[in-house]
Amino acid sequence: MIGDWLDIGWLDEIPVRGARTVPVAGGDEIAVFRTSDDKVFALANRCPHKNGPLSQGIVHGHSVTCPLHNWKIALATGEAQGADNGCTPVIPAKVSAGRVLICRASTLKAAA
Amino acid sequence: MDIHDSPSPGATDAIEIATPRPREHLVVIGNGMAGCRAVEELLARDAGRFRVSIFGAEPHVNYNRIMLSPVLAGEKTFDDIVINGHDWYQDNGIELIAGDPVAAIDRAAKTVTSQAGRTIGYDKLLIATGSDPFIIPVPGHDLPGVISFRDMADVDAMLAAAATGGDAVVIGGGLLGLEAAHGLMLRGMKVTVLHLMPTLMERQLDEAAGWLLKTALEDRGQTVLTGADTAEIHGDGKVAGVRLKDGRDIPASLVVMAVGIRPSVALARASGLAVGRGIQVDDHMVTSDPDVLAVGECVEHDGQVYGLVVPLWEMCRALADGLVGKPTGYRGSVTSTKLKVAGLDVFSAGDFSGGENCEDIVLRDGARGIYKRVVLRDNRIIGAVLYGDTGDGGWYFDLLKKGEDVADIRDVLIYGQAFASGGGRADPKAAVAALSDDAEICGCNGVSKGKVVACIEDGATSLDTVRATCKASASCGSCTDLVETLLALTLGDSVESGPKTLCECTSFTHDDVRREIVAQELKSIPEVMQKLHWSTPDGCSSCRPALNYYLLCAWPGDYADDQQSRFVNERLHANIQKDGTYSVVPRMWGGITSPTELRAIADVVEKYDAPMVKVTGGQRLDIFGIRKEDLPAVWADLNAAGMVSGHAYGKALRTVKTCVGSEWCRFGTQDSTGLGVKLERMSWGSWMPHKFKIAVSGCPRNCAEATIKDFGVVCVDSGYELHVGGNGGTKVRATDLLCKVATEREAMEYCAAFIQLYREEARYLERTAPWIERVGLDTVKARIIDDAEGRAALTDRFLFSQSFSQDDPWAERAAGARPEHHTPMAAFTPRTEEMA
Ligand SMILES: Cc1cc2nc3c(=O)[nH]c(=O)nc-3n(C[C@H](O)[C@H](O)[C@H](O)COP(=O)(O)OP(=O)(O)OC[C@H]3O[C@@H](n4cnc5c(N)ncnc54)[C@H](O)[C@@H]3O)c2cc1C
Ligand code: SF4
Ligand code: FES
Repeated sequence: MIGDWLDIGWLDEIPVRGARTVPVAGGDEIAVFRTSDDKVFALANRCPHKNGPLSQGIVHGHSVTCPLHNWKIALATGEAQGADNGCTPVIPAKVSAGRVLICRASTLKAAA
Repeated sequence: MDIHDSPSPGATDAIEIATPRPREHLVVIGNGMAGCRAVEELLARDAGRFRVSIFGAEPHVNYNRIMLSPVLAGEKTFDDIVINGHDWYQDNGIELIAGDPVAAIDRAAKTVTSQAGRTIGYDKLLIATGSDPFIIPVPGHDLPGVISFRDMADVDAMLAAAATGGDAVVIGGGLLGLEAAHGLMLRGMKVTVLHLMPTLMERQLDEAAGWLLKTALEDRGQTVLTGADTAEIHGDGKVAGVRLKDGRDIPASLVVMAVGIRPSVALARASGLAVGRGIQVDDHMVTSDPDVLAVGECVEHDGQVYGLVVPLWEMCRALADGLVGKPTGYRGSVTSTKLKVAGLDVFSAGDFSGGENCEDIVLRDGARGIYKRVVLRDNRIIGAVLYGDTGDGGWYFDLLKKGEDVADIRDVLIYGQAFASGGGRADPKAAVAALSDDAEICGCNGVSKGKVVACIEDGATSLDTVRATCKASASCGSCTDLVETLLALTLGDSVESGPKTLCECTSFTHDDVRREIVAQELKSIPEVMQKLHWSTPDGCSSCRPALNYYLLCAWPGDYADDQQSRFVNERLHANIQKDGTYSVVPRMWGGITSPTELRAIADVVEKYDAPMVKVTGGQRLDIFGIRKEDLPAVWADLNAAGMVSGHAYGKALRTVKTCVGSEWCRFGTQDSTGLGVKLERMSWGSWMPHKFKIAVSGCPRNCAEATIKDFGVVCVDSGYELHVGGNGGTKVRATDLLCKVATEREAMEYCAAFIQLYREEARYLERTAPWIERVGLDTVKARIIDDAEGRAALTDRFLFSQSFSQDDPWAERAAGARPEHHTPMAAFTPRTEEMA
């Protein structure tokens, strides 16, 4: 399925050090993050701890801190950092000509 | 009566028994780093041995010269860098003659004479005159506007020049030149660095590291010209520019010469002491005259002169040992340099010039800006250069000093100690634990690991006490991590938390950061992070909200709030709940509501299917289970009924709880409800270090529970009792009585002043209860009750800040602002076959 990308909009539509969401019909929401160095990352919008909406966390470096209990999740791997254990599904994401693209197959898998 | 002209021998005896032998007089020339440290070491060994007089050419007390750079850069003030203030001289009976340099030494008569003509005798003389900056004698070197970088007067001259802006040229791309350039740039000047050699800091760094440094400085806006040979400095009565031998001309209203130093030996030479490159001393710092000693940058020991502080400390110890009759002897120093040049980490030690029989191990990581080079001969480290990541500097230096055979760890040597001592991701604590006792922890003060540990075992349980007792980490602070690790290793869990750093991204405490924001007029989060050397690109979820608050509090009206640095509750102006939905609390002034408001709330509950409405502890209604997409519409409906946000989600004024008071209650002495409404109208919308609650009770029966609120008013017959610092949270705390006032107006003024004091001085996430316990009720009283002017000023600042913050955050969102917080970016509906 590689190469099958979903175009979800302009990079500029995501606040720097912020996130937007992409609901998936019949499945879980995706959170799409933009970091201070203009990289994008996409994760299932739920914390491995107790499903906190990661899109609402504070983004710093290439991590996001969950708004519910402050777990720190690495955006690139979805892994909880520090002493915590858990992992959120990662959806490959990239920017091409100012548009944000996320991997279709992984989106489906994550939302399932 | 003087004992020498006693009339009879018998009387003399009697007096001699009562009067101690007159103490020998030690005269010190030079009130700098080495001179005063030598005296400190001496006092520590035998405080009664000498009567001490110190001459200083500068009109100051003893200060930390290496901290002049932070003073220039605006990170510190002169007061911050004083090592020994006037009280030290006084307490130890030391006579300080500051601002009057010694002009001559008469060794035969054992006296010194100052410029102002003062002559005093000595038993022992200590010369610690330091160095003179070297001025290259190009035409124009004596024009006004050409200065060196050596003492506080030079810093003042640079600051005066920087105040008018314009161009500066720094001649010399060594440590001092780069520090000066960095400081001047931070002070707003356009800076060009001229360096004769092809790469910067060639004495500390090899070519590759020098080049990395140059690139990094250029990225920060400096112009760096290497291979630049100065022909002349020109100007009409005052500096106007610098011309290079290749014809280039650089305009400048200030020229800083930082091309080197030479030992200050003129005085010693004139008095006939043996002088080579510096004043020649033996292993006990004694010169060619047994009653004259010398220490510091002005000396030459075993053919070496030194220009860094660590060797000076070793000299001072040897000197003091010798003076009290327990000579140990100085054997020379191998130096390493760990520096922060313009916020960039640099380390070098030993000989890194390479050459025959030497092998180089090099690691280069361009993307991370890291370069490391270790030079080996016969499997022993003889030199190291680190750029960008200097954490392992101490370890390499330790191996170097011991001359240890590194054949076994050669292949992992360059990855640092954690790797080399086993395991790729070894615990950094283990690395520190593995350091030998004589490994150097604090370079500035020459403190070894053994000494830090001893100081901790002797009872120092916090960073501050370690700093105060053995001085480790008390200067530039780059070893703070190491000292903290040693605390943790030595004490286990009983480390005192002390003033903690704001978070792991910085070595500054909350209080430091607040102070620097104001002192340096820092007005945005990136600026703070830049100026205060944050170690992360954009902070973390702890420091960003704190900085956002501190900036907002310091610059009301000026500072542009950073939404991405707010916790979701404050970003969405609603409380996030465990299922990811939100709850919404509209303001009900003083706890009073009306049919219209109740109807609006009931309508919202029905329309958005809110599963629950609850009366809160603060007498407001909380509507639960609202989806983030629906928030703007909910707010619009509530706004339409005249209700505004209750800030129940914010580090902000939450509620003002009231009882019914004199209006209805048979006990009520004053209109507690009315006053509550007034207080809420005055203080709503203000951001605080933490949530803030107020209550007003109409009589001492205290139905509004005012004595467990941050600010509580209990009305009595004769007026209003004002209470502060209460908390009904995890740790219940009853309030302290602040004072009693007679009128509502005063109650409101004191309330505003108290809030503002808390807003300006408490640490982020510190509620009033722990804040008051930390600073003491008396301090708060002194500021608010005793100081009427201060109180009025606080009140004014609060009301000024309120003139910007009392906009309902819901209204703008309801009107469509920041839709990105509420609407999805796109929606994805998979094809049906994909769903299978
Ligand atoms: C801006 C700057 C940054 C530095 N940074 C570092 C660093 O990061 N790390 C490091 O290890 N070193 C650093 N150094 C070097 C360090 O400051 C010196 O090695 C150290 O100060 C030398 O101590 P000293 O007592 O020999 O000389 P000084 O501290 O210079 O003291 C000598 C004193 O003697 C006085 N004096 C001279 N002649 C007379 C006289 N005839 N009568 C009376 N008083 C006299 C002088 O006015 C001066 O106050 C820095 C130096 C400067 C200028
Ligand atoms: S505090 Fe006093 S005035 Fe207020 S309701 Fe209670 S009894 Fe009445
Ligand atoms: S749900 Fe994310 S930290 Fe608990």
